Amino acid sequence: MERFDLGYMDKISTGNSPLHRLDPGAKVIATFVFIITVVSFDRYEISALTPFFLYPLFMAAIGNVPFGYILRKLLAVSPFAVFIGIFNPIIDRNILFYVGSLGISGGWVSFVSIFMRFILTVSASLLLVAVTGFNSICMTLEKYGMPRVFIVQLLFMYRYMFVLADESQKMVRARSVRSFASRPPGLIMFVPLAGQLLLRTLDRAECVYRAMVCRGFNGQVYPAKRPVSGQSGWFFAAAWIIFFVIFRIYNIPFLAGSVVMGVFK
Amino acid sequence: MSHHIVEATDLRYTYPDGTPGLEGVSFRITHGESVAIVGANGAGKSTLLLHLNGCILPVQGTISIGGTLVSRNTLGLVRRTVGMVFQNADDQLFMPTVFEDVAFGLRNMGIKESEIGHRVAEALNTVGAGHLAGRPPYKLSQGEKRLSAIATVLAMSPDILVMDEPSSSLDPKARSRLIELLKTFRHTKIFATHDLDLALDLCERTIVIHKGRVAADGGTGDIFNNTALLYESGLEKPLRMQKCPPLFDKL
Repeated sequence: MERFDLGYMDKISTGNSPLHRLDPGAKVIATFVFIITVVSFDRYEISALTPFFLYPLFMAAIGNVPFGYILRKLLAVSPFAVFIGIFNPIIDRNILFYVGSLGISGGWVSFVSIFMRFILTVSASLLLVAVTGFNSICMTLEKYGMPRVFIVQLLFMYRYMFVLADESQKMVRARSVRSFASRPPGLIMFVPLAGQLLLRTLDRAECVYRAMVCRGFNGQVYPAKRPVSGQSGWFFAAAWIIFFVIFRIYNIPFLAGSVVMGVFK
Repeated sequence: MSHHIVEATDLRYTYPDGTPGLEGVSFRITHGESVAIVGANGAGKSTLLLHLNGCILPVQGTISIGGTLVSRNTLGLVRRTVGMVFQNADDQLFMPTVFEDVAFGLRNMGIKESEIGHRVAEALNTVGAGHLAGRPPYKLSQGEKRLSAIATVLAMSPDILVMDEPSSSLDPKARSRLIELLKTFRHTKIFATHDLDLALDLCERTIVIHKGRVAADGGTGDIFNNTALLYESGLEKPLRMQKCPPLFDKL
């Protein structure tokens, strides 16, 4: 059940690792630059993307975020990435290189590249939330000039996401205890379930909003001020951005490969 | 002047879909009173509660809190005066931790960050939930959630405490602890409840709502002794006042 335990992210984000204590702004900027650099590569690029895995690995290791948790989350959203890239091997049959006698088409290469970018960007975003907390991220974005209406949208979306997941889980359970055949629900069953869910969610949303308004909510949510370790945040951001730029300009695995090959020549 | 007086005059409300909610409710609750609002399902209890702090603005009739008419312009003041604890504690706890949730209202009131920690701790300790401060709300038991929800409201030091079904989904021990806790509050208290035993314990006065109207308003003891009235209003005597049949043959 832990896969559905969305609240686990919130729990991790209240941790106290060195990464948690960094200025949220620094983490947001580093991750933003990371995502931009990763998606800026050519569509056939695979090898140059590999050094970028250092960043999520670093975040997970230093931030005490269990790898398994992030992997399960990635798995859950991976169908989206698969659907984006799935037609590439069919459309782009241009053979790029051979592995033994097996010709690898451009489509497969770009598919793998899309999937790698998906893993990198999504895991980096998840880890950013895990070591910063969604609310702090929203506050930071507001500080950097994102309009408040978007911030409030994001905050509400985050709260209601838990409510929605809960409600849908309850409905699926209610359905399954009364349907004795083990086959999955068909589309006909899905439509009323989804409609119900929408109505229930709207109701719940209204209740939550009401409770917020009763305690003086006026469109602004003030976060707790976490102790922030001053300059180290900016050191963190600057160091990683320099790495990203280097990784972007130089294909590190390729260079390392040529150095090794040079030694053997 | 007293902030503690709640006065409704011929309050009427119809839901947008045409369902009648309230059909002329009037009452006056004075300083320090503890009042139970009882009634069958759909009698209009919750609709009435939502009027008390302006979640629903009166369409017809008026409601005033401490002499201030509830209207769009006075919402801020009214909501500071009336602390509302909703039936479903999950609706009330929406921040990442209990501490944050209790602090939410205080921050909206513009209270200084240096004072917030102290006031949050005080509110949580009052309800005996000091140890829950750092916990995320969705991990709490129903009883703990209810206590935290009460703390979120207490922290804002309201003059009037309004609770919708305070004892619902609590286990017997949590329920009686809650009753003991609520007895210690000096606020004006208004409870909407089906738990008539709780009303008997906490409230000297009871207002019976039936089909959107006040069916009776008086001393809790008198009302609960009026079997005909209770029956008419879809209620039953509190368990303690029923002549329970002997159970010996079943035990």
